[in-house]
Amino acid sequence: MKRYIIFSLTALLSFGMLYSCSENEEKEVKEEELETERKEFTGELSELSVYNLPSDWTNQNGEEIKLEDLKGDIVVAVMIYTTCKAACPRLVADVRRIYDKVSDKANKQVKYVFVSIDPETDTPERMKEFAKENEMDNDQWVFLRGDIEDTREFAAVLAVSYKRISPIDFSHSNIISVFDQEGVLVHQKEGLGVDDSSTIEAIEKLAM
Amino acid sequence: MFSKFVTIVVIMFFSFISFGQKEGMALIKGGTYIPLYGTDSMPVKVDNFQIDKYPVTNAEFIQFLKENPKWKKSNVIALYADGNYMRHFKDDFTLNEGENPNAPMTNVSWFAAKKYCECEGKRLPTLDEWEYVGMADEKRIDARSKDDYNKFILSWYEKPNTYSQEIGSTFKNYWGVYDMHGLVWEWTQDFNSVLISGESRKDVDGSSNLFCGGAALGSSDLMNYAAFMRYAFRGSVKANYSIRTLGFRCATSIK
Repeated sequence: MKRYIIFSLTALLSFGMLYSCSENEEKEVKEEELETERKEFTGELSELSVYNLPSDWTNQNGEEIKLEDLKGDIVVAVMIYTTCKAACPRLVADVRRIYDKVSDKANKQVKYVFVSIDPETDTPERMKEFAKENEMDNDQWVFLRGDIEDTREFAAVLAVSYKRISPIDFSHSNIISVFDQEGVLVHQKEGLGVDDSSTIEAIEKLAM
Repeated sequence: MFSKFVTIVVIMFFSFISFGQKEGMALIKGGTYIPLYGTDSMPVKVDNFQIDKYPVTNAEFIQFLKENPKWKKSNVIALYADGNYMRHFKDDFTLNEGENPNAPMTNVSWFAAKKYCECEGKRLPTLDEWEYVGMADEKRIDARSKDDYNKFILSWYEKPNTYSQEIGSTFKNYWGVYDMHGLVWEWTQDFNSVLISGESRKDVDGSSNLFCGGAALGSSDLMNYAAFMRYAFRGSVKANYSIRTLGFRCATSIK
């Protein structure tokens, strides 16, 4: 019972936070870059960095993360939903192909991030399963789900369009995006199975 | 004692979300409608909700900026707003000569519009909500098949500078909502849900591509044409774009 009260209070408080619009101005906590593999960053986040988005996400291991936690890595991002039967498997295959072609040296600095456009269905468990099915169950592959609004916002930055067209299906644009270590969008590729050499080039260049 | 406190807080919380017809908003009774998504024509259900009777004005936006300086022209980050943001302002809080404080706020990005609504305890309307309200004329919930309704919209498309007119200067529709057509286009929460041409949208030279091709696609009559223009426009913008003819208004859900 007590636990329930605490829970509802937490829910209440977090709801209240949604309404206070002056949120996130205070979150000045500076992330420390610990891993030596990552490029170092000092100073302010670029204005164009996607890490300016103050959103909370859950990964396939059920861990709460901020987009900013990806700072320092090169990020290759796509938006999918795991129950998708048509385009997503091909999109996932395209991403895997990019991974295979990128040099080992560069890959050490890359995170491949799949953001769900169907956060209601794509629970951490479901994403984990999907990761396993696709042999992407390690640190290099990140599956994220956020709330509906944050997802919409993330898509807005990526210029990805999507719409639920039936209870189980979405139509969506197939775009693979590459972000630099600071979270600035540097490259996009649209379409399925199209030539990915420029994408690989973009990644390799960032990893140099 | 503690639990009493919790009860009170919880009650306050629920009354906060469930009551209160917000001032300046019209109550929209939900229903189903058949939208125009390219070739898709399934009926879509819209729940009851409230929407601002008028688009947000320049003056109202200035007020918001005073309370949220992060969104001032001089402070806003490029991720959230392109170089045209608040272009009709001399400085952070002053409109250019000749601009009307009671005209709809335009040159405003999706991020800024979204933030404005959040600060009001509201949100942007969904595309379906907007279209649902937008299909009404003075007397009917759905006037889309009426010639005069479509002609009004199309004649507006041809009229220059309607963004500088005062809010409320077009007709009041069935729901008591003004200016859905006739002054400015408006942002919707999920403006980026438009896939008129399937998967073929190209982000490189997208706008011209979509705007012409998309708009012409299947527009067999006036009604489709008027709506296609809106959908094509939405499909051609990005969230940090600030455009002279694009404003917004807010909505809230009803629990």
